[in-house]
Amino acid sequence: MAEKFLMKGNEALAEAAIRSGCRHFFGYPITPQTEVAAYMAKRMPKIGGTYLQAESEIAAINMVLGCASAGARAMTSSSSPGISLKGEGISYIIGSDLPCLIVNVMRGGPGLGGIQPSQADYWEATKAPGHGDGQVLVFAPASVQEIVNLVGKAFDLAETYRMPAMLLADGMLGQMMEPVEFPETEPVVHEKPWALTGTKGERKPNIVNSLYLQPKELEDTVKARFERYAVVQEKEVMIEEYQMEDAEYAVCAYGAMARVVKSAVVKARAEGIKVGLLRPITLWPFPTKEIASYGPKVKSMLCVEMSMGQMVEDVRLAVNGTCPVGFFGRTGGVIPSPAEVLAEIKKMAGGAN
Amino acid sequence: MELKRKINLITGHYGSGKTNLAVNLALDAKKEGKSVAIVDLDIVNPYFRTADFSEMLENNGIRVIVPMYANSNLDIPALTGAVDAVLNSGEDCVILDVGGDDAGAIALGRYAPAISAQEYDLFYVVNRYRYLTATPDEALEVLRDIAAVSRLSPTGVLNNSNLGGETTAAEVERSAAFAGEVARLAGVPLRATAYDRRLGKLSVPEGYPVDIYVKKIWEP
Repeated sequence: MAEKFLMKGNEALAEAAIRSGCRHFFGYPITPQTEVAAYMAKRMPKIGGTYLQAESEIAAINMVLGCASAGARAMTSSSSPGISLKGEGISYIIGSDLPCLIVNVMRGGPGLGGIQPSQADYWEATKAPGHGDGQVLVFAPASVQEIVNLVGKAFDLAETYRMPAMLLADGMLGQMMEPVEFPETEPVVHEKPWALTGTKGERKPNIVNSLYLQPKELEDTVKARFERYAVVQEKEVMIEEYQMEDAEYAVCAYGAMARVVKSAVVKARAEGIKVGLLRPITLWPFPTKEIASYGPKVKSMLCVEMSMGQMVEDVRLAVNGTCPVGFFGRTGGVIPSPAEVLAEIKKMAGGAN
Repeated sequence: MELKRKINLITGHYGSGKTNLAVNLALDAKKEGKSVAIVDLDIVNPYFRTADFSEMLENNGIRVIVPMYANSNLDIPALTGAVDAVLNSGEDCVILDVGGDDAGAIALGRYAPAISAQEYDLFYVVNRYRYLTATPDEALEVLRDIAAVSRLSPTGVLNNSNLGGETTAAEVERSAAFAGEVARLAGVPLRATAYDRRLGKLSVPEGYPVDIYVKKIWEP
């Protein structure tokens, strides 16, 4: 077994990216993800990698686009307002069928918002990370160890499907310290025949581009991309189902919020309420089928988020009316406490127990 | 662990556990009957800081000085004039919880003339289980950076090696050689080996049982 270390979410994320073979980081500091950049600044020069603090978030994401075009594993990291700035570049990366890793350690919004934890960028990540028809893979870890485990997978799947992957964390997860161990596995290496590595006069030039002069050509390209998305939705969904075997009620939550909910579920169980937790680990592809399967089995579901209610819409679409879905959330950097969530679970169970 | 001098500076790698130690030292000094002030001097990290414990510390009769916008949504950790005042105050014991690494210790440099004009201890907190300071050489590198920017010399090492909630007696005991080597290389004494009181009494050099105040939000 590998040795355990005590690490902050942000620095574990950075170290996991390095261990996944990423040697190119382009970023711009913003609370609460600054430790990712600080860690990269310290480590990359020592291992022959590139750490570049760009002049803005927009520059950073376009550096990722260029780097990914050349076939290198590249990443950027930011927090909510910075991710909005990256939107155009993310869309271009989607449109160019390039793999990369984008990290969003969410903070309160909209606007400059605040620096405390939030989950209010769910819609942005899963519905519209940039303009146009397109998706990014979205991973939502709930512990520092899970960050480590998912970073490698994010790079791997991004390259498998030639699309960007996003790691969606929040300030709480980025800042928390937990023991972690790094799996001793080698990063998966993908052939990239499409990369711009120079023809050496031996082949036709590759073209990486998101501009199409003919509408039909663009439509065909987008449709082909959506066929890949269908495969992703079929094969890559991840969800944790906790205490769902005999559950009469289910709470849906993701990321660090799910840790709070788990504490509340344990307490509710101790008080005789048969409640379980459904924790999507991939937010896109969303575990629609898995959540839908519980619709007819439970009396009611509750979605808990650090937002005004965003994932709750996907949960409602998943169960499609087979059970009622309530919502509880705090926003602006306020974190629901285990006691608050427990009270909501009791309300849902209607004191029937 | 007994604080011997008026000014006590708690420095170290970020995440080494400075805040939890600073809070314990302040409460212990107060229990010994000293008048105590604690200063949150962290201008780097907006999360997990002494300011989180202001109410509890004040209820225990400890004077608390925090950056003006600590724990607000403003990412402007401006320090107050009260820091200058407290260094020259009549308190028996003043504890400064300094920000992590050399980045955090920069704030200390601004007070170096006032601090070095009187008796002080500059403690360097180490955790053998932190990834980038897991060897004595790495730990010493961070200490040198801190000493350079703070323009103050270290006087002691505090071993706070832990793996968070997964810490057992074995982890604490296993860290003793590491902490001893850091102290030897730095040319200062090991002043304490801090460990969670709930582990029972451990036979480690300069053992210092502490309470854990810095908690996770989902812990009841």
